[in-house]
Amino acid sequence: MDRILFGDNQFFGINHMSEEKARAQAIRFADIQEIIDLLDAAYDSGIHVFMCTTHDRIAEICAHVRLHPERYSKLEFYPCMPYAHKYANAVTEHGTMEALKRFLPAEGALSALVRGGVSVARRDVEGMARLLIDAEMKMFNGLKTPVIFLQNVVTDLLLGMGIKDAFRIFADHVRDRYKAEPGFITMNMPRLLDVLEEVGIENPIVCANINKLGFRMCGGIELYEKAIASRKFRPVAMSVLASGAINPREAIEYVCRQKDIKSIVFGASSKSNILNTKRLIEEYSVA
Amino acid sequence: MLNVGLIGLGKMGLSHFAIVNTHPAVKLVGVCDSTSYLCGILHKYTGIEVFSNYREMLDKKSLDAVIIATPSRFHGEMVREALNRGLHVFCEKPFCLDVYDGLDLAELAERKGVVNQVGYHYRFVGAFNAAKRLLDAHALGRLHHVRVEAYGPVVLRPKGATWRSKGSEGGGCLYDYACHAIDIVNYLVGRPDAVSGTVLNRIFSRDVDDEVYATMHFTDGMTGMIAANWSDDSLRRMSTQVTLWGTNGRMVVDRQEVKTFIRAAAGSAVAAKEGWDIRHTTDFHSDVWYYLRGEEYSAQLDYFFQCIVEGRRENISSFESAAQTDCVVSAMLQNAGEAWRQVDSGARSPTLSPNGSGGFLSAVMGR
Repeated sequence: MDRILFGDNQFFGINHMSEEKARAQAIRFADIQEIIDLLDAAYDSGIHVFMCTTHDRIAEICAHVRLHPERYSKLEFYPCMPYAHKYANAVTEHGTMEALKRFLPAEGALSALVRGGVSVARRDVEGMARLLIDAEMKMFNGLKTPVIFLQNVVTDLLLGMGIKDAFRIFADHVRDRYKAEPGFITMNMPRLLDVLEEVGIENPIVCANINKLGFRMCGGIELYEKAIASRKFRPVAMSVLASGAINPREAIEYVCRQKDIKSIVFGASSKSNILNTKRLIEEYSVA
Repeated sequence: MLNVGLIGLGKMGLSHFAIVNTHPAVKLVGVCDSTSYLCGILHKYTGIEVFSNYREMLDKKSLDAVIIATPSRFHGEMVREALNRGLHVFCEKPFCLDVYDGLDLAELAERKGVVNQVGYHYRFVGAFNAAKRLLDAHALGRLHHVRVEAYGPVVLRPKGATWRSKGSEGGGCLYDYACHAIDIVNYLVGRPDAVSGTVLNRIFSRDVDDEVYATMHFTDGMTGMIAANWSDDSLRRMSTQVTLWGTNGRMVVDRQEVKTFIRAAAGSAVAAKEGWDIRHTTDFHSDVWYYLRGEEYSAQLDYFFQCIVEGRRENISSFESAAQTDCVVSAMLQNAGEAWRQVDSGARSPTLSPNGSGGFLSAVMGR
């Protein structure tokens, strides 16, 4: 895994601090060329991983990259699936069953499930999960996706409900079908580590908020620090700047002090911010 | 350990499932939904005991509290049943489609002495509470206007087959988005006494409103405007903003920020500084034991359980306060059918009325 990953929140109107900023970003990045320009700036600065949601618009980026294989010869995608609002909105609009039907390519899996009723077979559920993963991965066809993440809304819903097998199903399918490493994004890292260990996913890639403020680090910052230092997993730090609440130097210094953090993902809306953040990470990673 | 049962496994039900299931002081002992395939999967993968009939769950399991996350038309019956069994009840919003039902249940809960709460989660958002503290300390002086807006993407096509597309089941933007908007206004500045100029428009839905606009009138002469539209996909999720104007300045608050503008001449002792001041969610977020979609979803359930454990009777989002929100909804529904004033284009013309009925203002019934 690379040390520095480029994230995509800024492209889709996601800003945890301000709806105004989020909207301004959504307006700016409505033009796909703006996204490509920024991605190019990151790529040319030496950041070769784009960690992105399986948002419909990412498909346009994928198409662009496929068209220019030489330009992006080193570019890797770390897809994060699913884009949950797509499903949540569909469930609200159509109900659970109809929404599922819409996202499943094959009608068969679902009807088997419904027919089965209470006695639904595990293989049906697992088959359906695999179909959903494949549907999300379609846009990355022909591109490098060495790590595939499960988004935090889904990870944390499954984790909370105790559907532990789901992590195993996800991990197996990602490995078998895409020859990729499974990753898990979570807001509840210590608890997730316990469960991943329990279902036998060894040395997992886990992406979580890790920042000096302890912002959205469920279980508390001390527990996170202890887990990072003592448990066998590959931590990916996100929200390191806590949406801008911590000054960049202080923020990066803190994250880099946690020696066992493997990668840092950050998003930025300007070339200078990309370069500054990258420089800071390199400065503190050496020290 | 509190034994808790959950009725209804829709979007909110599943979210509550995950949050309750991780709470250190609570044991989720049973869930209930009429969809058997869903229950089947959940039982298979989590081992939780599942029921298709809620009464059966209440009969068989020894519960301290129940969470009801079914469509609103079922709330009255289910809540009453739970209260009569002496259970503490957390119920999803909107509380009751029939105002009297809601007020009765609030009274019954009071008589039974059980903790009762409705899922108006904005009351547990750090930014809204920071705003409330400032308002309670009169940081804006005398308030004269409040505007609340709620926009987001729910109904974006002329189709829809769920209960949300049926007004009789608690569907429609008024029952969904506008309820939250009304409730947060009630929380921040108190309930309006009357509403006027209510507009319930359809955009894509066949049977329910997709946008809601109304004027609100408060005791002390303050007025308010509400605008809610669930067919706006320029936002990726529901976004609610409250703007308040007072003699000392202005405040704009949403889930993430509190922005205040305090007039230089105001000499406010409470506000941090004159002119604009912006506080972000990182300034007032409080830790929760489990995070799913937002701290407030965990915080409201934790508060509910804490009230039970500590035997606290008052509640930030009680049946009573939710019933008052229902009262405003009901007033808006009635007001939407009331008279309009025709624009006088020179020729003399009478008042135009959609249904021929009288006044322009609907009083909000309540206590």
